[in-house]
Amino acid sequence: MKLFNVNRRRFLRGSVAAGAGLALPTIFTSASRAQGYCNEPTGSSVVLGFNVPQTGPYADEGADELRALQLAAKHLNGEGDGGMLNTFTGSQLQGNGILGKKVEYVTGDTQTKSDAARASARRMIEKDGALMITGGSSSGVAVAVQSLCQEAGVIFMAGLTHSNDTTGKDKRRNGFRHFFNAYMSGQALGPVLAESYGNDRRAYHLTADYTWGWTQEESIKATTEQLGWETVETVRTPLGAGDFSQYITPVVNSGADVLILNHYGKDMVNSLTQAVQFGLREREANGKDFQIVVPLFSELMAQGAGEAIKGIYGTANWDWKLENDGTQAFTKSFGQEYGQPPSQAAHTCYVQALLYANAVETAGTFNPEGVVEALEDLEFDGLGNGPTLYRGADHQCFKPVLVVQGKEEPQDKFDLLEVVREVPTEQVTYDPSIFGGELGDVNGQC
Amino acid sequence: MQMTTLRQDFLFLALFAIAVLTMPIWLDPLGANYPDLLQKFAIYGIFAIGFNILFGLTGYLSFGHAAFLGVGSYAAVWAFKLFSMNVVPALLLAMIVAGLFSAAIGYICLRRAGIYFSILTLAFAQMSYNLAYSVLTPITNGETGLQLSLQDARILDRTFGIDATGGIPFPNFFGLTMGGYGGFYFCAVLLIVCFFIALRIDRSPFGMMLRAIKSNQNRMAYTGFNTRPYAMTAFIISGMYAGLAGALLAATDPLAGAERMQWTASGEVVLMTILGGAGTLVGPIVGAGVIKYFENIFSAYNEGRLHAIFSFLPDGLENFFVTVTTPFVGEGWHLTLGIAFMLVVIFLPGGLMEGVRRIRSLFSRRKSKPEQAELAPAE
Amino acid sequence: MDAFIIQLLNGLDKGGAYALIALGLTLVFGTLGVVNFAHGALFMLGAFVAVAVRRILQLETVTVDPDRLTPWGSPMEIRTPLVQAWLGDFGEVLLQYSVPLSILVAIPFMLAVGLAMERGLIRFFYRRTHAEQILVTFGLAIVLQEIIKAFFGANPIPVSAPEALAGSANVGAWLGLESGVYYPWWRLVYLAFSILMAGLVIAFLQFTTWGMVVRAGMQDRQTVGFLGINIQRRFTVVFGIAAAIAGIAGAMYTPIVPANYHMGMDFLVLSFVVVVVGGMGSVAGAVLAGFLLGVLQSFVSMNEVKDLVPGIDQVIIYLVAVVVLLVRPRGLMGRRGVMEN
Repeated sequence: MKLFNVNRRRFLRGSVAAGAGLALPTIFTSASRAQGYCNEPTGSSVVLGFNVPQTGPYADEGADELRALQLAAKHLNGEGDGGMLNTFTGSQLQGNGILGKKVEYVTGDTQTKSDAARASARRMIEKDGALMITGGSSSGVAVAVQSLCQEAGVIFMAGLTHSNDTTGKDKRRNGFRHFFNAYMSGQALGPVLAESYGNDRRAYHLTADYTWGWTQEESIKATTEQLGWETVETVRTPLGAGDFSQYITPVVNSGADVLILNHYGKDMVNSLTQAVQFGLREREANGKDFQIVVPLFSELMAQGAGEAIKGIYGTANWDWKLENDGTQAFTKSFGQEYGQPPSQAAHTCYVQALLYANAVETAGTFNPEGVVEALEDLEFDGLGNGPTLYRGADHQCFKPVLVVQGKEEPQDKFDLLEVVREVPTEQVTYDPSIFGGELGDVNGQC
Repeated sequence: MQMTTLRQDFLFLALFAIAVLTMPIWLDPLGANYPDLLQKFAIYGIFAIGFNILFGLTGYLSFGHAAFLGVGSYAAVWAFKLFSMNVVPALLLAMIVAGLFSAAIGYICLRRAGIYFSILTLAFAQMSYNLAYSVLTPITNGETGLQLSLQDARILDRTFGIDATGGIPFPNFFGLTMGGYGGFYFCAVLLIVCFFIALRIDRSPFGMMLRAIKSNQNRMAYTGFNTRPYAMTAFIISGMYAGLAGALLAATDPLAGAERMQWTASGEVVLMTILGGAGTLVGPIVGAGVIKYFENIFSAYNEGRLHAIFSFLPDGLENFFVTVTTPFVGEGWHLTLGIAFMLVVIFLPGGLMEGVRRIRSLFSRRKSKPEQAELAPAE
Repeated sequence: MDAFIIQLLNGLDKGGAYALIALGLTLVFGTLGVVNFAHGALFMLGAFVAVAVRRILQLETVTVDPDRLTPWGSPMEIRTPLVQAWLGDFGEVLLQYSVPLSILVAIPFMLAVGLAMERGLIRFFYRRTHAEQILVTFGLAIVLQEIIKAFFGANPIPVSAPEALAGSANVGAWLGLESGVYYPWWRLVYLAFSILMAGLVIAFLQFTTWGMVVRAGMQDRQTVGFLGINIQRRFTVVFGIAAAIAGIAGAMYTPIVPANYHMGMDFLVLSFVVVVVGGMGSVAGAVLAGFLLGVLQSFVSMNEVKDLVPGIDQVIIYLVAVVVLLVRPRGLMGRRGVMEN
């Protein structure tokens, strides 16, 4: 809006005098003018935008994210038991809001569509004066909202997004991701697969035919091939195919002995259920037991897949059963509030909200320039994942990655996954330049 | 049909223009006065007007109009990337591409009528969507959506020495940035222009011909008229309207995603038109506004805000009202939308405009002019 | 050869589901002349009948043990399943066969839903335009969907097939092939079930007097009315039957695709395409088109075909629809004058 001042009036006067005359007064009240940065809070409170899927296939995941974010707002304001505020090392947070301002929030529905997510985020920024947007449950939405926040001059703290692109090809200076990515999944999962299934396996990939699926396929393929596995075939499946039988049956006679499902959400639930139904796991191929691997899955998807998830390997960002102070404090506080343990989507959103608040406290200002500086290369601990680094070069968090397995005998519906190994940070760290992209400059102007 | 004079038309247009341009004022109490939603009202208004030229006049129910919207968006973003951040080339390119695309699809689909036509258009739109999401990713950038980047060529901008320093430049109209209220007024002026064109089409002999196609295609054929070129022209015009709307979506928010072409998006414009009143001039715009309002405002309520709204009531009542309203807002906004569809179509067969007309005829009857009520539904 | 047989089975199986949904849809077109966008929602409702039956069979008594705590700090719950407590091993068997059992519930329930829908809403829309029918039934579909979401959540809910049918059948041996061609039992059951259902409906319309009257009514409603037959009541029953077919098709489908509240919308567009390719109002056409499209979809998804034409599996159904409509204007078995205006 830099060039806006001069031309707006000329344009309006020239085109439609009558309407413009009536409408001009409201333009002058437009919030963004005469401020140091976009949506600078002037009152005693500060508004954060919680943009989660409330309708569509990820609605349950979104509901869990929203619970966690509301809990985070509570804790930041000093209500409740404080959760991870008490375990967050090096934290500047005092439980009196952010910089003494009470945390308020607005919510919106991303519908898991880029357009709807951006419309919702723009409402939060333009109408409600939100300074930070967080939440979301897919990479397409995360990338779209991230670039919007860059243009709009606010901070974006990504929710659940696993594509390499979010902090790779499509990274932005105003956007940050705590969640791990497909590359890290591959690095973490590879050695465990080699240990359990041996070094001479033949893999068959079924991949959701869109950007996230491709990056995951690429990452998993690269790691497994390094271990000596052979990739028999990679097949793309349409999004939301429902019945995957026509893609699963050719696996049987392809000479492969591992099926890797690069699917997420409903697609993953369906393809895994059906692959198990086709008896792939009872089968033998090349003299070995046939195996199925799902590189990324979540508690909700495990619930959806039911019996089929048992014994399946995958990776996770976090799990409520981890035994560290942060995890226990968060799980307890979340469980007491809502009567169930949090999912990894809930955890990443909660942590992102705390990290943002802490960065503001450190910087002493809500100005995105200060916040970005405070977050870049920040090292912290006590938020459930052990020592973590927010890398400045690509705004990606580096922390141990969990390799999980579907539990054979779950106690209840929240106890479906078992943490097999915590893969140390060094093993999943990579050179930021491999994915390309440019962060650009911080933008704090509307 | 009432014959209207040019003067009456201009009066109508002036009223419409004032209503559109003062939206920031009268929508403020409704909580809808912020640039993004105002822009969406204007843009989807254009989309719905265009759709109504085809459906409202000729009766051809296209279930694939979102494809033209999507194609327009992609063309506009490519124009931003390749040529210039000025919106003029983008709008022109989008309308040309959408026009050609609709000519190709219309040529095939208009061979059939009725529901067969609907399914043909649906099939083409779904093919476009599926391909754009997957195989055509090099052109469309698939799931993530086509975005601008710092490395874009922007040939025209660079030759004229307008170069962006710092961040990615924003689309503009000779300096008027497309974000914020400037973007809204730009879209609003285009909406008024589009409305005027639709008004003229509606009143012209060409519009009469299109109505004749709707009322009885066979009779037209028997009298020696070849109706296909007329239907085809209407199809292309409405495709270009959709392309323009798509380009404006990309101009006010430079991203083009494939889900804009999904069948649900095509269905949305059908619903907008019927909800507002198919065949009326203003109805589709009203319908578009109502649906976008639900989508953006109703979805944003949460329990905290409901408590704030009902806080004037005693505690027990407050909790009661919050409990009763919660299922209809926030994650339940779809439910409210569904109920609204049913109520409107059950009680107001002609859409929301029918309601307006009934209220108007109620008043005019009081003024003891009974025959006017009979005349009114002619539109 | 093996691959061919398996893909054929895949296609027929998929086609079975398409055919069953399209069949009800085309019946409603043919009899009442109503475009029912809520038909997919009926399929979804049927699937959730299966979920609900399973939930009821799994009802538990919950007692809270205040001395033991869950890891997140609330008191531990101790759950005892009711059915097993009352009926012992038979309860276990009931739970095993919850899906076939749910059909018994689904038929009366869906019939009731169908009749209520027709009497309560659809009948006011006979003379309204198709566009208005679409708007009202689409609104109804959203409402049904949101109600289900409010009760069951948005996450898919798995329902398992009976243990005895969970394995695979050696189809190859039946056909006398050397190498084993294995196919899951439940999918074979579904295929047989869909053929049976389609056969029953066609036979019912073709060979009973009741069905004959309905067919006559489809041809010329007025004349049948003149003969003193209450054709309207029969059409209402037809609507109920269509709902019931969609419902049991949905219930039986749950072991293949876990039930979720959005599955009706996923099938809606596809079932319309199937109906139109088959020919509006033609039951046999819908069944034929359903199987045809299912089989085609399976075959073009094979790697050999996809390598040749990338992305073909994404568009094949729509491509076929376009070609069929251009070559045969009224679909494969459509009649002149149905739904052309």
